[in-house]
Amino acid sequence: MPRVLWFPAALALALVLLPVAGLLVRTDYARLPELITSPASLNALRLSLVTALLSTVLCVLLGVPLAVVLARAGGRAVRLLRAVVLLPLVLPPVVGGLALLFLLGRNGFLGYLLDVVAGVRVPFTTAAVVVAQTFVAMPFLVVSLEGALRGAGDRFERVAATLGARPWTVFRRVTVPLLLPALGSGAVLSFARALGEFGATITFAGSLEGVTRTLPVEIYQRAETDVDSAVALALLLIVVAVVVIAVARPRALEGVRS
Amino acid sequence: MTLHVDLALRRGRFALEVALDVPAGTVLAVLGPNGSGKSTLLGCLAGLLVPDHGTVTLGGRTLTSAPRVHLPPHARGTGLLAQDPLLFPHLSVVDNVAFAPRSRGATTAAARAIGRRWLAEVDAAEFAGRRPGSLSGGQAQRVALARALAGEPDLLLLDEPLAALDVDAAPAIRGLLRRVLRTAGGNRATVLVTHDPLDALTLADRVAVLAAGRVVESGPTRDVLGAPRTPFTARIAGLNLVAGTATARGLRTASGRSISGLPAPDVVEGEPAVAVFAPGSVAVYPASAPQAGSPRNTVAATVATLEPHGPVVRLRTVDGDGWADGLAADLTPTAIAELGLEPGVAIRLAVKATAVAIHPVPGQ
Repeated sequence: MPRVLWFPAALALALVLLPVAGLLVRTDYARLPELITSPASLNALRLSLVTALLSTVLCVLLGVPLAVVLARAGGRAVRLLRAVVLLPLVLPPVVGGLALLFLLGRNGFLGYLLDVVAGVRVPFTTAAVVVAQTFVAMPFLVVSLEGALRGAGDRFERVAATLGARPWTVFRRVTVPLLLPALGSGAVLSFARALGEFGATITFAGSLEGVTRTLPVEIYQRAETDVDSAVALALLLIVVAVVVIAVARPRALEGVRS
Repeated sequence: MTLHVDLALRRGRFALEVALDVPAGTVLAVLGPNGSGKSTLLGCLAGLLVPDHGTVTLGGRTLTSAPRVHLPPHARGTGLLAQDPLLFPHLSVVDNVAFAPRSRGATTAAARAIGRRWLAEVDAAEFAGRRPGSLSGGQAQRVALARALAGEPDLLLLDEPLAALDVDAAPAIRGLLRRVLRTAGGNRATVLVTHDPLDALTLADRVAVLAAGRVVESGPTRDVLGAPRTPFTARIAGLNLVAGTATARGLRTASGRSISGLPAPDVVEGEPAVAVFAPGSVAVYPASAPQAGSPRNTVAATVATLEPHGPVVRLRTVDGDGWADGLAADLTPTAIAELGLEPGVAIRLAVKATAVAIHPVPGQ
């Protein structure tokens, strides 16, 4: 490794760490316990954790089949779909939120259908938060799973088939277990992304305390009136995120392989 | 279950056109260089590839009748052992072997019992609880063989099963395959794909030589390998083979002569065996020259033919004192000229014992 790389690497690290340090310096530690245990804060934290967890489950249930289809199916259409899946990754979340609103809102065609047929209105509900988070977080899971599937190839699946395993048995007993390390890290990434989701949420779900006001939305609101309490909540979000990445990610990566 | 194959497949510029029969309980070796279509053929038999037209039947059951009928791999009753063991890394060794019975609906306990039985069969019982990652290449290949056999396949496909093993592990696995293919054979048909004539010699009853997608020669193993009828077979498998019975230091021929050589680890004294040596390791002397020097094996013979063979000239003998009949020796054109060799000239052949390998062969 050329030594000269240390310099830009240190700059990159500084770019990641210094803002967090700035936040730590700015924090009013005397009011901290009071600020983060206020009912509004705890409501936002609880809502954030619950919705992020739900959208991670949705990401896994929908993302695993999608990744397998994208990695294993052939044809030009599939190649095109592979690019489409990345859309939420490059789209500004606010645009994603608007798009969801125009699909599922009262004037959107699916939203209208749901309203008339089932009497269900999605926007500005907790369900909308979960939909928005799933929308932005799923590509993380799909991309990491698809990469793992392509990297591993289908050799084990072929052997399993010659041993008499039907396609569903192969999926259940070979494909999924071999995918677990990638699934673990992909799920953690999705959870972290869902936890931090703001733009699509506020556009599509709004900011109703206890219903759609997640931690990032709460922070945004307080930043306008009470900077100290916004900083305190930001600290809380950082701690939760760091805990998630530090505890879950290495384990997910190493767990099954060893 | 007798395997009957008659298929054709085209992929770009490569065309495979093969007709084969493998009677129940026998082993057919498909011998050929890389790119000859061996693996494609095996893929068609396993159901992983679909031929353009043709049929594959196993014991009267139609596996493929292209382009309309194509039984998927899991419904074929085949077992596949490839170069790479490909043990499932997330399952223990015994669960790997139990995979096929489990897939056919056996309970976990019953499948594991079957798995243990087959592990014992391949001398790998002590690995049952281990993870595949902790096994050596040879151990993993033993387990992979047990896994392929545990499904009790009607058709066993072996795809270069020894090619990835190091020189220490290969003879042991070859010996194991010999034993298992014979004893646990029953009604099964086996197709062994290899580029190594030695695998064919020690494991197979019959050989089909594949070149550029076509069978150029086929027949009983020793006939094909010992007396190749096509230059192509001679090039990839041109070995001198002398059949006989294994002894402590070599082999006794049918005519009672002894040949000194190095026995392979799985040779059993008194069992059928062959002495194998390359044409390049045979030295030729005038019949009148004094018999001296280190080579253990010397034999009188007469020159039958001389044919150019790349940069060397291949000499073939006739009526050579019982065992030297039809042997091949490679010489330089200069040596041919100096010794004045031509058909009908009497010569003496010498082969160092260290150049002669003694291998067990399937009894006839």
